[in-house]
Parts: sequence; structure tokens; C-alpha cells
Amino acid sequence: MPSKFKEALNSGKFVITSEIGPPKGTNLEKMYHHIDLLKDRVHAINVTDHQSSVMRFPSIGGCLAIKERGGEPILQMTCRDRNRLALQAELLFAYTRGIRNVLCLTGDAVPVGDHKEAKGVFDLDSVQLLRAIRTLESGKDLGGNDLDGAVEFCAGAIVTPEANPIEPQLIKFEKKVEAGAEFFQTQAIYDLEKFAKFMQFARQFPVKVLAGIVLLSSARMAQYMTENVPGIFVPQHLIDELASAPKGTALQKGIEIAGRMIATIKKEGLCDGVHIMAIGREEVVPDILQAAGI
Amino acid sequence: MKSITRQKPFDEIVNQLHDFSRIFIAGCGTCAAITHTGGVEEVAAMKDKLQSQGKFVTGSIVIPVACDDVTEALVEEHQCSILSAHAILMMSCALGVHRMSQNVGRKPVVPALDTLFIGMDDGQGVFHEVCAQCGQCLLGEMAGICPITACHKGLLNGPCGGTNNGKCEIDKEKDCAWTLIYNRLKEQNRLDMMRKYQPPKNYQAVPRPRLIKVF
Repeated sequence: MPSKFKEALNSGKFVITSEIGPPKGTNLEKMYHHIDLLKDRVHAINVTDHQSSVMRFPSIGGCLAIKERGGEPILQMTCRDRNRLALQAELLFAYTRGIRNVLCLTGDAVPVGDHKEAKGVFDLDSVQLLRAIRTLESGKDLGGNDLDGAVEFCAGAIVTPEANPIEPQLIKFEKKVEAGAEFFQTQAIYDLEKFAKFMQFARQFPVKVLAGIVLLSSARMAQYMTENVPGIFVPQHLIDELASAPKGTALQKGIEIAGRMIATIKKEGLCDGVHIMAIGREEVVPDILQAAGI
Repeated sequence: MKSITRQKPFDEIVNQLHDFSRIFIAGCGTCAAITHTGGVEEVAAMKDKLQSQGKFVTGSIVIPVACDDVTEALVEEHQCSILSAHAILMMSCALGVHRMSQNVGRKPVVPALDTLFIGMDDGQGVFHEVCAQCGQCLLGEMAGICPITACHKGLLNGPCGGTNNGKCEIDKEKDCAWTLIYNRLKEQNRLDMMRKYQPPKNYQAVPRPRLIKVF
């Protein structure tokens, strides 16, 4: 049976996903609050997997919490922290607990996080992980052994449409499609013209693309991202727009910009939906949707 | 092939030698000399530093190739000063430490260096890792650039999202291996190699601990 998220992807509707980051610790109240805010407003909620290589409550724990509260989770799985045995085992477990959507990522490098001396695993890469999912679905594991009970997932991946150079990213995008990716959530995009060009390429493939919308909370944050986050380029006019907002209203301006972009993407049918990343400000996601007229 | 080493912090060396007051020092005239970690000058400097710590240095040598069996002959030659030492401080890569250990019976052999990687130099004093000795060489498909060593994550199927303007997310000065591979394959008109799916690596190409019998 297809997942609710997969049904939404196939419905032709404009699909909206968002994401939450689990806490560092065992106090889950804030995460529950974010889940409750989002679960009826979006088609599915991603749970990040030790985002930025910072050790946290696990992605699968966040996904189970979403299930318990009646939402639709997307399990983010990076290749950084588990070898092929652990990745497969977690997929088996996720399936038995009703988690049906997986986003496969390489994972940030260990030294960017808060356990800088840890061993980065990367036994599989994101393309191999996608194939591992399809292998498990066939009733076999990566060792070629039979499974007593297989899995079934809606599997996705990420792509950076503004990477420079772009062609290596596009080649990897194609490899991910061949490996079985059904949907893509993109790195943050701000330049819709460039994104439209990327979509001309992506449209050749039978996959759904959700444009990554990262909330800009201030001009300084936008500048920082442009200068420091790989693959993110905030055009100067947006930075100026944020800077021109009266004191104390930059976040409101950021919400307005995000809402405007989503509305444009939807109106122009640029892609199949959006993935909203509010990075620590999940409580404003409903405001972004409202600003987008959704 | 060069074994690239870095001298351990002196405090760590002293800690390792805590129980020993009489020390014999052996350097290596090959790799450790090239990296200035265990050549003639470094061995002399170490001797002075240990003496200033109150250690008695019974003798010192720089073995031409410390990983080679020449070590055995030199141990023989310096038998007296080695026998009168409580420990041997080895200023070579780990191969030299092993070779020395094989030749001095139960006498403790302590490394003064950390062995970092097998590398090549660019002629300007910069040494970089080019081979991780993985047992399944991919250089033919990767335009001569090894993704196992040149990519921080050792990715086999293309760049991650951390690449930025041809640089790596862990260091803005470091080239993204996959941009290099892409550029060179493109020059060679062989981008189809990059499109080819690379399956998960076999980490048991030679089971650990690795051993090969040649004859």
C-alpha cells in the first residue's frame, strides 16, 4: 500500500513538506509542539538525522513520535553514522513501525559537527543507500540473503540545483533516479529563474521535485548562508529587502519572502511542491503557509 | 611511496618514557628524514631534549631505511648501547618501530612519531595522501584521482551537497575530489565513467589483519 505521502505525490496536488530537528536531550516537549503545529498543515514531516553532524535524539525517534501523533513522517537517513548492517536494520525496524518514507542523504562531514573526533562511516553513499532500499524491497539484503518479511518505502533523495559546477550534481541526480529515488527535496533555492532551468532538466525524469524553502530570518543570516553554506545563494535583492525591514520585523519579512516564493512556485507550476525548512523556527511554518495563501 | 609522519608532542614522548631513564634513539634516513621528523638533525635535537629532561641517552643512530632488514645489522653493531638502554625511542614510521621490535627481544620500543599516511610530495614540502591501500584500485575509472583518499567522505558515486565552487565543506582551501574527477573525465571525454554506478566497496578485499604470501 502506498504511503500517504506517496499518494499525495501522485495526486497531482501541490505537495508541502516541512521538517523538524529532534532535541539534544530527552525533553521532547518542543518537538511534540512542532509536530502538533505541522502535522495537519503539511503532507509529511521530515525528521533530520543528526543535522550538521550534531548528536541529537534520533531521526527514527522523531518519526515514531510523528506517527503516534497522527502525522506522516519522512525518515532522513544519512550514511555518516551507520554501516550497511545498521542502515538495513533500521530500515527493517522503521517499516515494522509504519514508517513508509525515507530520504537518503550522504550526511554532513563529521568535523563540521560537535563530535569532531568521531569516525565518519560512509560505508554506503546516498546512491547505494537508495539501491539498498530497493534490494530490501525485493526480499533480499545486501548480502544476498533472503528476508523473512520485506519492506516497502517511498524513497527520496536530495539535490542542490544551485551547486557550482552544476553538472556533477546533475549526473548524481540521474544516478539517484536510476537507483530508485521517487522524489527529491532540493537544497534551498532563492533564484527562481535558475531553479526553472534546473526543472527543465529534472522534468525529463519520472520523479517528483519539492523545492527547498529555507526561511531567512535576518539579512545577516542570509548573508552568512550565502557566504558559508555550500550550494545556497541568496540574491542581493533579497538580502537588501531583509535589511530594509524596520527593526524587529526581519523575521516577518523572511516569512513574507518565503510565502511569496511558495506562491510563485505554485502559481507557475515550477515543480511538484515545496519543502519548508524553518531551521529552529518551526513555529512560524503555519505563518509561511498563510503568507503563501495555502 | 613515502610513509608520512609527524612528531608526537614532546610531553607524550616523555610520558611514554616515564619508567625508563636510559634511552637509545634510532631515526630513519628515508621517509622520516624527508619529512624532517626522524633524520640526523631531529635525532640530535631529541637527544638534547631528553638529556635536558634528565634522561641518559646511551647512544643514537639513523638507520638508512628503518623498515628494511638493515636494521638487524645495525642493532648488532650498536648492541652495547642498546643493551644498556631501558627502552628504544624510534624516530621512524610504525614500520620502523615494528622492525626494531623484531630485533631487540623484549626491550620496549617506543614511537616518537605518529604515522599519518602513505603520501607523495609536490616538491614544495607538501605531502598529500594519494592511496589508502583499499585493495580495489579505482584509479582507472576515476581519471587517476582516488575518491577514497581525495574525497573527505570517500564517496564513490559523485559529489555530496557540501561541495562549493570546487571546494570541500570541511575546508574552503581543499579541492572537492569529485569536481577534480569531473573536470578530468570531461577533458578526457569520458564522463560516462562518472555516470557508471559504483557498488558498495568490499572492505574485506584482503581480510584484516591484512597479509599476503608472495612466495
